[in-house]
Amino acid sequence: MSQPRSSGYLRTRYAQDWMLLETRTQRVGFALFAACALALPFFAGAFHLDIANQVLLASIGAVALMLLTGYAGQISLGHAGLLAAGAFTTGILFKEFAAPFWVTLPAAAAVGAALGVIFGLPSLRLRGLYLAVSTLALHFIVIYLGSEYESKRGFSTGVVIDPPRLGSWTLTDARAWYFVLLAAATATVLFSLNLMRSRTGRAWRAIHGRETVAGALGISVQRAKLSAFVVSSTLTAVAGCLFAYYRGFVSAEAFSLFLTIQYVAMVIIGGLGSILGALLGAVFVVLFPYGIEAAMKATALADRLSSLIFAVNYAAFGLVMILFLVFEPKGLVGIWQRVQAWFLLWPFKQKPVGK
Amino acid sequence: MQLAVNIAVLAAIYALVSCGYVLIYRTSRVLNLAHGELMMLGAYGLFTTASLFAGYPLLAIATSALLALIVGVLVYVLLMRHMAGEAVLAAVLTTIALGILLRGTIILFWTAQAQHPIRALGLTNQSIAIGDAKISAVGLTLIVVTACVYAGLYAFLRYTAWGIRMRAAGQNPLLAAQRGIGLHRIYALAWGLATFTAGLAGMLVACDSALDQTMATIGLKAFPAALVGGLDSLLGALLGSLIVSASEVLIIYYVDPLLSEVVPFIVLLAMLVVRPWGLLGTREELDRV
Repeated sequence: MSQPRSSGYLRTRYAQDWMLLETRTQRVGFALFAACALALPFFAGAFHLDIANQVLLASIGAVALMLLTGYAGQISLGHAGLLAAGAFTTGILFKEFAAPFWVTLPAAAAVGAALGVIFGLPSLRLRGLYLAVSTLALHFIVIYLGSEYESKRGFSTGVVIDPPRLGSWTLTDARAWYFVLLAAATATVLFSLNLMRSRTGRAWRAIHGRETVAGALGISVQRAKLSAFVVSSTLTAVAGCLFAYYRGFVSAEAFSLFLTIQYVAMVIIGGLGSILGALLGAVFVVLFPYGIEAAMKATALADRLSSLIFAVNYAAFGLVMILFLVFEPKGLVGIWQRVQAWFLLWPFKQKPVGK
Repeated sequence: MQLAVNIAVLAAIYALVSCGYVLIYRTSRVLNLAHGELMMLGAYGLFTTASLFAGYPLLAIATSALLALIVGVLVYVLLMRHMAGEAVLAAVLTTIALGILLRGTIILFWTAQAQHPIRALGLTNQSIAIGDAKISAVGLTLIVVTACVYAGLYAFLRYTAWGIRMRAAGQNPLLAAQRGIGLHRIYALAWGLATFTAGLAGMLVACDSALDQTMATIGLKAFPAALVGGLDSLLGALLGSLIVSASEVLIIYYVDPLLSEVVPFIVLLAMLVVRPWGLLGTREELDRV
């Protein structure tokens, strides 16, 4: 991973090529961040803990979408459908067979993988716009199947799921959830970072760059595309399963097109082609409605518009997305890199010529 | 017989909406996913002008149609112009974001309650008997308007200078620009016309039933119709609308009403598997992210 640095960083051993954190500054920074993340639940109240959990859940889905769209370059507008697939697998297995979480979680992953193949098959023939449209169509079909299950089995308002249980211990406490989700998110990020440094990840980036050239280099374009879809949708379905357990409730209405748009927005606002971007985007999009609410309270608009908060949210979200797309296509990561570069180059404005 | 009438009305709705998708796509290669929201905006515009010009329904309709045209041009000038030359994904996402923005703004201005613009216009929606089937007056108007719009667009694209320029810009923007065609003006015109037809569709649908947030779904369901026919062919859009509406009405009637939301998308998927470029569309080198 290349980053702007003020001084040269020279690798002297091959082992250093494998390190995720290369310099002492990076390691110290990461240790501080990890300490903060671990200490957070002991200081945060119930409300803030819930937000933190939502951020962690969203970040798993956002990283999964980033792998597909940001790295492999395949547009997907079916992300909410995949989340729904994971959640509904969990809900159906729980309701019909009273399955414990160590059955539903792998089952959700398996359904995700299978759906990944189905979502990915059009990508072998279609590109760009047409691919986006086909995933959009699949989204509607998955949601339809979910709501069909709900109405046929008489759970018209949704499926209620008990919290996961291990022996006599049940996972209900928000603080316990925080650590579970933190572990899951960390595992996802580590998996993705390492995957991108592997043969598969390089193949994905190659087909993103140009398919013909990738094919000429000996990469099986079909296999790379399908594997991108399968990995991404497996992770997404697992996120959906966790979501179902966390909320304790599955309903087709929760997985609207707007959810897909939110995930796409995370990837875009964060910055395409960067895991850090996916995380920043997840934080931004999850915190956004709370920020709007706080801003409305501060300006005393909340009382007048209290019934319309969701509309204000919609409008502001659309506006922010447009602003990012038009003025900052590289997203938050782009801003972050520019800030870094500004401090590194200070007092100069530009990189010296020839570097 | 009633089924045939239902199919015809639904096909007219889809055709009127989907010609907007086709106009914008064939001119500027942008897929406008905010079309449903623009349609809704047109309908709410009618609702407002109807109460402004109470007693003059024709004036109200004309004003709101003109407003829709202006809104479409403004959308291009203020927003989509900046996305010219960007990647497909960015342009599509911008229209999605625009859709969210519009939806939020519409609720802020007009609340989320269902409205009935036809009452505000002071008209009634009688049902007319054709043989043993019934059709609402607005439904009949819808079919007539759709026919007029398609005939008008055909004549416009075929015989007028601006229409020929528009086709040229769609075929090869670079060559068109070198022949002195102002692409920005052409694109703005395409957006204006598309929003105008979407507005017409929105107004008529709102008069036929009610006006609320679900209208954007109709816009989204009309998109498969455009794609099935071929995203750059007006005749294709007409054909696609017939196919999609026929399958939707028949499946609702014979199989399951719950399926109505998905039928268009199933048709779309089937089409994408067989002929991604649609029935009458031109086969093109599909673009990348």
